[in-house]
Amino acid sequence: MKLLTGNHLTEGHVIWWTGDGWSRHVEQAVDVGDKAEQILQVETAACRVNNGYAVEAEAGPRGPVPSHIKERIRATGPTVRPDLALQPADKSAGSYVI
Amino acid sequence: MYRYDQFDQAIVDARVEEFRDQVARRIAGEMTDDQFKPLRLKNGLYLQLHAYMLRVAVPYGTMDSRQMRVLADIARTYDRGYGHFTTRQNLQFNWIKLEDTPDILAKLAGVQMHAIQTSGESIRNISADQFAGAAADEVCDPRPWAELIRQFTTFHPEFSYLPRKFKIGLTASDNDRAAIKLHDVGLQVLRDADGQFGFRVYVGGGMGRTPFVAHLVRDFLPATAICSYLEAILRVWNRNGRRDNIHKQRIKILVHDLGAEEFTRQVEAEFAAIQPLGDDIPLAEYDRIAAYFVAPPFEQGLSDELDLSDPRFAAWVERQVHAHKQPGYAIATISLKPIGGIPGDVTAEQMELLADLAEQYSFDELRPTHAQNIALPHVRKADLYTIWQQLDAAGLGTANLDWISEMIVCPGLDYCSLANARSIPVGQKIAERFADPARQADVGELKLKISGCINACGHHHVGHIGILGVDRKGTENFQLLLGGSGAEDASLAKIVGPGFNEDGVVDAVERAVEKYREIRNPGERFLDTYRRVGVEPFKEAIYG
Amino acid sequence: MADGATASALRFRDDEPADEPAVSLDAFLDQPEAVSVRIEGGDDVRRLAPALDRLKLVEVDFPRFRDGRGYSSARILREMGYQGELKAVGDVLVDQLLFMRRCGFDSFAPDAPIDTAAALRALNAFDFVYQPAADVRVPVWKLRHG
Repeated sequence: MKLLTGNHLTEGHVIWWTGDGWSRHVEQAVDVGDKAEQILQVETAACRVNNGYAVEAEAGPRGPVPSHIKERIRATGPTVRPDLALQPADKSAGSYVI
Repeated sequence: MYRYDQFDQAIVDARVEEFRDQVARRIAGEMTDDQFKPLRLKNGLYLQLHAYMLRVAVPYGTMDSRQMRVLADIARTYDRGYGHFTTRQNLQFNWIKLEDTPDILAKLAGVQMHAIQTSGESIRNISADQFAGAAADEVCDPRPWAELIRQFTTFHPEFSYLPRKFKIGLTASDNDRAAIKLHDVGLQVLRDADGQFGFRVYVGGGMGRTPFVAHLVRDFLPATAICSYLEAILRVWNRNGRRDNIHKQRIKILVHDLGAEEFTRQVEAEFAAIQPLGDDIPLAEYDRIAAYFVAPPFEQGLSDELDLSDPRFAAWVERQVHAHKQPGYAIATISLKPIGGIPGDVTAEQMELLADLAEQYSFDELRPTHAQNIALPHVRKADLYTIWQQLDAAGLGTANLDWISEMIVCPGLDYCSLANARSIPVGQKIAERFADPARQADVGELKLKISGCINACGHHHVGHIGILGVDRKGTENFQLLLGGSGAEDASLAKIVGPGFNEDGVVDAVERAVEKYREIRNPGERFLDTYRRVGVEPFKEAIYG
Repeated sequence: MADGATASALRFRDDEPADEPAVSLDAFLDQPEAVSVRIEGGDDVRRLAPALDRLKLVEVDFPRFRDGRGYSSARILREMGYQGELKAVGDVLVDQLLFMRRCGFDSFAPDAPIDTAAALRALNAFDFVYQPAADVRVPVWKLRHG
């Protein structure tokens, strides 16, 4: 599947396209199929995403899992600072990254 | 250290307002990211893996306690409680919001700091020997020249849209602690037979995809001509450097393509045209700047005696403390590489302790080094013990300078969008493998440098042992290199063979180190043994 | 100037613009009657040295705003003593105007119109400069020492 990701323009954090908006949680991301360019054009022009691009992902138990380790790290946080992870309280949240 | 006058302050303040305006235009959608990117890079603002990253300049690696406290404050208020010292003596904040950046820059301007030209295709922070003004082996303090060059290269109108970034490094010692031969321009301050100051000029060094050691282009350039000469170098490159392939646009490529001789000829011709135009900064301005760098009021007649009866203190002194030109004083390098920690990272609380220690014990000066540590340049020997106790209590008392656990590591794929692999975990595993100080002492000087991608921000090309993280069909893979050096005996490390996974490269490093121990002659460091026997014995030990 | 007004040309000279179309560097050197030349990124402006007297207009092309070769071309021309019109053409954005003025450009023909109020702000953003260039601004070190 193909997900859309990017960074929030003013705050800078990682965001994922959910179908009708952007979320910080990759579990809520949707498969955009071949609509990536189209969506990005609109969202970039509206300043709702910065530096957006498409990534490959597979379905997982909690939701989509990005195929590449870089995107999994973007989804969860630096592996060397679990306290700074997106969900630091959930110790299993980052278990699929590496 | 240098203090801004009204002109310096006005320039930095105007820059903050200019950027505030540019940010507003970006947020309002009046600029695309493509148009905004070079502008934000010129203010040190990257878009990184998790957030915006701000790189604050610490000019030639000199700062004071007031500045360090503001950095701590910014870490707390706008970031997540810490900062990262880099291989170019700058500080990075990893979790910055675009909308906060103008306010952050304003706070920095309030203590004579900025993020000007710390990224993008600009002339970057001038780096210098972290022991400047303290070491006995320098011809003079190179920092007044570094400051003069900093001003000259700030917002230079002809050289603000260069083919690529441009890094200048300075030393005034034959012992090159600033790795000047791995810079685009490396300058060594010298004195001629008549006592006149001049520069030995090296051009075309650099790491990254195609590493080169810089070529000697001028044996002795009279110091007062430095601005014209730099303009000549920059102009030859600005006009002739490639602009078709981002990986081939550094000046080192032009020097290589033209050949050092032709490159030098073009520079000298341009210099002959530029110098008569009178752009050079007069000696009176150098003298004005140099007045800020006179030696602090050292106490005279202090004892060089040290009570080393505390073995942990003694171990710290042995590794971290260097001789000072003034009797009774010492240079203390604080290792930011605790075993299992993240090299170069400092918490806001640690920054505040460092500020306090500098203010109280080091004439209010701190020196980030290009090895991601911080030095206190002017410490009375009598104060070393109490300093160490406070450092030790704050997790800053590691005694490992130049040992294998005191490694240079780039942020890697945990933080950096350019990376192919995570570099910090590899470094941590190696540090843990060699954690025993007795083992490290036995191994001796071993400069390990780890980069998470070919851009080489971890300087792996000049590690005695270097590790390069690559992406091998979607998985992290690590290449091992041996035999590099960033010092005055600069050399580039060579890859030994096929790559490893993370645990594999840790084992490979251990095998290389054990081989060294097996075949070394008395007094030889790892690098010396490697240079004596070559790669084959190590290759055999690593790959069997 | 009115808020939101844009300009597709900016000129900071009092004299009449040259009305001859600009030709390539090779063509200019081949045609003794030509007075206007267009400089591309890779051209060596020093080839114009023998023809400076008849030169009224030099257009310097900026194919992409990141390509900074034109800044050197401009400065070299001014260093050679050229006093005619020096025009920056192409991908010229408001954020480059100040550097371009300092390198000797005195007119601009940007691909995309520039907001005139923003242009004025950009040109006046800095009261002080650190280095001499092709403009008349006095570098800070001179102000410090008189």
